[in-house]
Amino acid sequence: MMPYVSPEQMMKDRADFARKGISRGKSVVAIEFDRGVLFVAENPSTTLHKISEIYDRVAFAAVGKYNEFELLRRQGIRLADITGYQYAREDVTGRSLANAYANSLGSAFTEPSKPFEVELLVAEVTPDAVDLYHILYDGSISDESGHVVIGGTTEPVNRQLADRYAPGMDLGAALRAAHAALSSGEDRAVDPRRLEVAGLDRDRGRRKFFRLETERVVELLDTGDGTGSADESGQGAS
Amino acid sequence: MLERSAPDAHPRLDSLPEHVDGTTVLALTFGRDDERGVIVAGDRRATAGNVISKRDVRKVFQADEWSAVAISGAAGPAMELAKIFATELEHYEKVEGSPLSLEGKANKLAQMVRNNLPMAMQGLVVVPMFAGFDHGRTTGRIYEFDPTGGRYEERHFASTGSGGRDARGSLKARYREDLSRETAIDIAIEALWDAADEDIATGGPDVVRQIYPLVTVVDSDGYRELEDDTVAERVDAVINQRRRS
Repeated sequence: MMPYVSPEQMMKDRADFARKGISRGKSVVAIEFDRGVLFVAENPSTTLHKISEIYDRVAFAAVGKYNEFELLRRQGIRLADITGYQYAREDVTGRSLANAYANSLGSAFTEPSKPFEVELLVAEVTPDAVDLYHILYDGSISDESGHVVIGGTTEPVNRQLADRYAPGMDLGAALRAAHAALSSGEDRAVDPRRLEVAGLDRDRGRRKFFRLETERVVELLDTGDGTGSADESGQGAS
Repeated sequence: MLERSAPDAHPRLDSLPEHVDGTTVLALTFGRDDERGVIVAGDRRATAGNVISKRDVRKVFQADEWSAVAISGAAGPAMELAKIFATELEHYEKVEGSPLSLEGKANKLAQMVRNNLPMAMQGLVVVPMFAGFDHGRTTGRIYEFDPTGGRYEERHFASTGSGGRDARGSLKARYREDLSRETAIDIAIEALWDAADEDIATGGPDVVRQIYPLVTVVDSDGYRELEDDTVAERVDAVINQRRRS
């Protein structure tokens, strides 16, 4: 016979389990800049990404177990592509995607199987704003503005980021703020070559997603006065 | 067989509603030193039987950043095919983090054409042409298809649709291996002119309505469509040249 466990205790155990998994990893920072939103992650791998294009104006970043958020990333791309195909490209929104993620994470959290050990960010650029959604392992969802930190030890990173963030920063300034914030959790500055930097730039063509090459990241971090431009960066999702 | 023994079981061609047909599309590669790629162009006319149903249809579509798909045949399924194909390529690219090879894209399209075979048997034939820039070989490549999903690579030029044969004759006469991009564009426009000259279902340049052939370039800078003004200028040059001779 199964021992009785109260629902409160069960949810608490599951939350502790998921939180523990997520906090073991490194943080991902999202920060708004004058042309959109920038994601910065400490990621030693150059091919296993934490940040991804989902659709024209929608991007995704995640922390936690790679295989789990990779599954969610693929589901998201699939959902967006099907919606865009069946209706119109403009009908694919960050909000609908974030809701879909909240649903699947919420279901997995309450099902007998183990909950996902992930936390997600979904961002959408519009002509004059950035919509930023933060989705937790249990499916709870909140919209953020300006900047947000997920994964790892968030408090010191978040504090640093709040200090340095200013509305309307250019790309270089946003990247330097994010880099400094990520370094605050460490005892030294994070090596720029270990950074994965990508984001959404509303001034690009149909597909707003860009990824910055390492050389460009180093260059932007070096120039204190950087007049940042994402246009010279890598193509699309490559 | 089915048609003979059970004529009612099989939808008959003449019982189909008249559908909109697209006509001449063509592609040719150009290549000189570091200037290599492919031109894909199409006329703008759609017909339903002997009626001109549209004067400004699009038969050339961007498949992705580095390739184009051009389609002749039943317009409805053709546009659908182009749309699904572009969605498939983008989906693969986003999921995998890198695009398919050009060969891979051509094979994907062949599969999709083959899946359309039942429709083709009922008269809704869609015959695409696929062309793109191959980064591995740094050159433009062209693929033709037949309704059963057969995939054939053409080294120099290709054309399909009702005016395809006339366009091919024109291309054959003017094509050289070391064409510059600009000359290749002129040759494409001339071939479309020749097709429109001989084939009633292919539309020539419509100077009254300012509708000109759709001409696209795919090279190391990716896919782009020529501006109407640019095409108009070149069309005028062709007209003047033909007028004198």
